[in-house]
Amino acid sequence: MKILVAVKRVIDYNVQIRVKEDGTGVVTDNVKMSTNPPDDNAIEEAVKIKEAGKATEVVAVTVGEEKAQETVRKALAVGADRGIHVKVDGILEPLAVSKILQKVVDKEKPDLVFMGKQAIDDDCNQTGQMLSALLNWPQATFASKIDVKDNKLEVTREIDEGLETIEINVPAIVTCDLRLNEPRYASLPNIMKAKKKPIEEIAASDLGVDVSPRLEQLKVEEPPKRKAGIKVANVAELVQKLKNEAKVI
Amino acid sequence: MAVLLIAEHNNKELRPFTLNAATAASQIDSDVHAVIIGQNSADAAKQLSELPVVKKVLSVEGAHYENFTAENFAPVIVKLAENYSHIVCSANTFGKNLMPRIAAHLDTSQVSDIIKVISPDTFLRPIYAGNAFATIKSNDAKKCVTIRPTSFDPCESTGGSAPIEKVEASEEFLNTKFVKREEIKSDRPELGTARIVVSGGRGMQSGDNFKLITEIADKLGAAIGASRAAVDAGYISNDHQVGQTGKVVVPDLYIAVGISGAIQHLAGMKESKIIVAINKDGEAPIFSVADYGLEADLFEALPQFMEELNKLNTIQK
Repeated sequence: MKILVAVKRVIDYNVQIRVKEDGTGVVTDNVKMSTNPPDDNAIEEAVKIKEAGKATEVVAVTVGEEKAQETVRKALAVGADRGIHVKVDGILEPLAVSKILQKVVDKEKPDLVFMGKQAIDDDCNQTGQMLSALLNWPQATFASKIDVKDNKLEVTREIDEGLETIEINVPAIVTCDLRLNEPRYASLPNIMKAKKKPIEEIAASDLGVDVSPRLEQLKVEEPPKRKAGIKVANVAELVQKLKNEAKVI
Repeated sequence: MAVLLIAEHNNKELRPFTLNAATAASQIDSDVHAVIIGQNSADAAKQLSELPVVKKVLSVEGAHYENFTAENFAPVIVKLAENYSHIVCSANTFGKNLMPRIAAHLDTSQVSDIIKVISPDTFLRPIYAGNAFATIKSNDAKKCVTIRPTSFDPCESTGGSAPIEKVEASEEFLNTKFVKREEIKSDRPELGTARIVVSGGRGMQSGDNFKLITEIADKLGAAIGASRAAVDAGYISNDHQVGQTGKVVVPDLYIAVGISGAIQHLAGMKESKIIVAINKDGEAPIFSVADYGLEADLFEALPQFMEELNKLNTIQK
């Protein structure tokens, strides 16, 4: 079984983002960037499946500008075997990314494609589902547990009402929840070794995919700020304020 | 062209956020049709026909729709889409799972999780865990839009009498099989729609200690929430998680107990009307969004809170 894992470079989850004054987006210069957190879970799961002898190869792929390659390098350092970087500049919508990934799937013919359930920058939560639509493959979104059984996966999904379990036939797409596993850290020797692992570079323009945006981002602004509250001295004061001032209990 | 709303239901009745999505749909265009796909879902279809904003109900029945599998739902809606300008549903796990599959088939760039309809082609949506708002204009001929349910009021649920039309089922998708659903049943209000939410974080230290929260929630008629840290630690099940990748809640009162207030948690609750933070760390970021902050050890504060509530003559429910 061969597993393709898609990873995205995003502003680090700990960074308090700032909106650009001209309203064109958020500040990304000199801001710490990392792999989208649930994409780390996707890589971890693929590597674990390989370690359990149920997969033969883990390929990490990213789509984006030059520096996006860092995310592939990181995936190689925690156990992916090789990487693919589809190079493209500018804003990419999930639809465009899923079309590019479809081309990569056509070429690589993986049995499984894993990725995070949502990117923490645009919060779209679309790419995995779109890719499975384009390939007409089954989709297991928001996975918090994956059991590999021959040519099937049993996947537990986190849904609003609780948990749902589905069985999907391979080939299939799985989008990963943060609770799927605990991503490992790359050890220094593995980081060194990862530098020797191959990363294939592909120009998006060579894939014959129209990636032009369909959406126009007219404005990005700061959300309305909450006005500062007060600190209360004790529980009695808190309850009194909730009852008589806020009138919510 | 009309707007097509995808109803969310459990085959017996509509799920509450369908009403919020109906409001959003009606703000895009007053001509709203609603599709309901399920098995033996006639009662829910009838409920849908009674929403005054819905002008026509399309009912699709089939055994393979019983468990709301996106792979089975998407082809039905894609086929219906030719008659509609917009496809709309809630941005909860139902809609998040389903809508992109439809959008990709229609070659449309989806607009996710909108909080405001500015015009039929322009929407406001939060990005970066709600730390920025983006105004997005869609240039696709057909628009696929998911809406943040808590940002739209539920529509009226009675008084309408839309005609119900049967639509032919599509073929079953054979590569996905439903196995089971584990729903946590509770008599408490639903987290997404509750007037009061009491949430616990890592500071609760154990699942057992959540009973301190449960007691207060019972007293207040509140739903119980949790931070991701508390769910990850196994203190409470995932359906309680509030935050960027959990549920977004907008109650009248949100009480955050032992929650430090990571960006990802604030994303799910900072639009609440009144926020209370109880935390022993006076520097915790949760205090920056709290209307009332209490710097205290929660293990002392919660029993006192319960005592004070017991002293009150009346409590709003």
